[in-house]
Amino acid sequence: MKKLAETMRNTKSWTKLLLLVLTYVIIQLLILFGIIQDFQQITLTTICINIILAVSLNLITGFTGQFSLGHAGFMSIGAYTCALITMRMPTIPGFILGLVAGAVAAAVVGILVGLPTLRLRGDYLAIATLGMSEIIRIVFLNLNITNGAAGLSGIPQFVNWPWLFVFTAGTILLIVNFLKSSHGRACISIREDEIAAEAMGINTTKYKVTAFAIGAFCAGIAGALYASYFFFIKPTTFNFQKSVDVLVMVVLGGMGSVSGSVLAAILLALISTFLQSFSELRMVIYSLILIIIMIFRPQGLMGSKELSLSMLSKLGSKFSFRKGRV
Amino acid sequence: MSLLGLKEGKLLEQFLHQIINGISLGSIYALVALGYTMVYGIIKLINFAHCDVYMIGAYVGYFCMTFLGFGFVPSLLAAMAVCTVLGVTIEKIAYKPLRNATRIAVLITAIGVSLFLEYGTMFFVKAQVRSYPPLTGLLAKTLQLGNISVPMLQVLILAITIILMLLLQFVVNKTKIGKAMRAVSMDQDAAELMGINVDTTISFTFALGSALAGAAGILVGVCYNSINPLMGVLPGLKSFVAAVFGGIGIIPGAMIGGYIIGIVEVLISGYINSMYRDAFVFAILILILILKPAGLLGKNTREKV
Repeated sequence: MKKLAETMRNTKSWTKLLLLVLTYVIIQLLILFGIIQDFQQITLTTICINIILAVSLNLITGFTGQFSLGHAGFMSIGAYTCALITMRMPTIPGFILGLVAGAVAAAVVGILVGLPTLRLRGDYLAIATLGMSEIIRIVFLNLNITNGAAGLSGIPQFVNWPWLFVFTAGTILLIVNFLKSSHGRACISIREDEIAAEAMGINTTKYKVTAFAIGAFCAGIAGALYASYFFFIKPTTFNFQKSVDVLVMVVLGGMGSVSGSVLAAILLALISTFLQSFSELRMVIYSLILIIIMIFRPQGLMGSKELSLSMLSKLGSKFSFRKGRV
Repeated sequence: MSLLGLKEGKLLEQFLHQIINGISLGSIYALVALGYTMVYGIIKLINFAHCDVYMIGAYVGYFCMTFLGFGFVPSLLAAMAVCTVLGVTIEKIAYKPLRNATRIAVLITAIGVSLFLEYGTMFFVKAQVRSYPPLTGLLAKTLQLGNISVPMLQVLILAITIILMLLLQFVVNKTKIGKAMRAVSMDQDAAELMGINVDTTISFTFALGSALAGAAGILVGVCYNSINPLMGVLPGLKSFVAAVFGGIGIIPGAMIGGYIIGIVEVLISGYINSMYRDAFVFAILILILILKPAGLLGKNTREKV
């Protein structure tokens, strides 16, 4: 019986791996055959970066329950660090160094900011993280090395689909596996009830800061990929609006659902690309979609459920998966 | 010796000027912060759309003064009236259906409304910066107080702010609906059991806050003379900082917080570095949150299990 369960789990993880590899190969083939061209590649990159941002913010906000409005700040640290390093070392090792340095710098700032502010709860934490990311932006706006408001341009471009795939899949795997570990369970218990978690002997500060640091680390990676792909960054790219965009993805996908975040990141990038042709009305339509979704489905697209293989097979056998809803 | 005295006099004069500028800016922040603090006090929502109501107020004032040729006071009243209607409409359409949803869902809706107002306005009036018509008559004069000359405009801003705040205090503390507001912010369920119409009370709170934001909008337009559809974002954040600084949900706290933030901002840009003034405001916010999370006038409440 035990053995059967193990084989089943193994088959499941093999299927998942197969799906991952398939995704990679199919998109790589589409790029090779020129079906995904330069313009669509921009959307593809935006999707990947959005997925990294949304999944990592979901770890902080959706799973650990710490309401953060400062993800753009961490992203900008990763972007600027990577840009500054690769501009001096325009080689692949230089890019890897820049990416790692950017992610680590973001994580370090995340820990430094997290230690004092994570004592705050709910909206207060949101406002503190918002203030923090505004401070980071203003510092980048005024430093000489970051070239102020004009920003950095001519950053060497290294990012292509294999890089994007490795880091996007890597982030998702990192966070999913973290959540399955005892550390991840501790984080979820903090979201459910912080006082009860503390009473059960969980060092809440430690886990909150850990989640914050992992989230910031991934946001740093996303920033580095952004800088390297779009080869131009300026402080206003990482303003309050960007943090809000990421939060919208998390809430839209469903707080506490990794697959929801992935879906929402893809959906929003596609909506935004589609709306490009309505340049002026773009944000108006976007905001209306946002309000309407929130009024009619406040728990987000996925709620706290995950899209899984068993769910898909259920969907196949039952036709409608709405039946199961209470 | 006398030269030194002269120099000191100049420095003092300059300092007083800065303080006066700070008070004008602080009045604006205080007026906007009141809306944030009242709405947060009653439904625990950071109403991100509030700063755009303030922007709409500035545009209504611009429209009345430029195209309709209204004077200052009628324009002020028109801006307040339009914003009141706008605030109540937003509450009824966007927030009321979410009364029982999670707070983060309401917050995202508020952000959605904020984006809608910003970019909707941008669609109609275009993104360019517009300026208010030049002031005439009494408002264009300056008041001499000894060595210091104060523009009448700044006196007016302070006067209007104080009148509005006194009115607000009267409404909140002395009228029946004010009592209902305080009751709902204390305990919504108990207030409802006592026969208070919670929905009306919440709408009324939005109306009051939005009217004040509208007034702040037209005052900013008249005083700083340039408006654009995104003008509300940063002042909105800073007003929220002011509300948190004074203790969120506490009306006198928002007033004091607004003035302190305004004066600090002007002093920092005058004496230290104007590029870093916003960073200082947010640093103050983080410090106050860490040292006294309940704000200047707030009481620390123990957490109940």
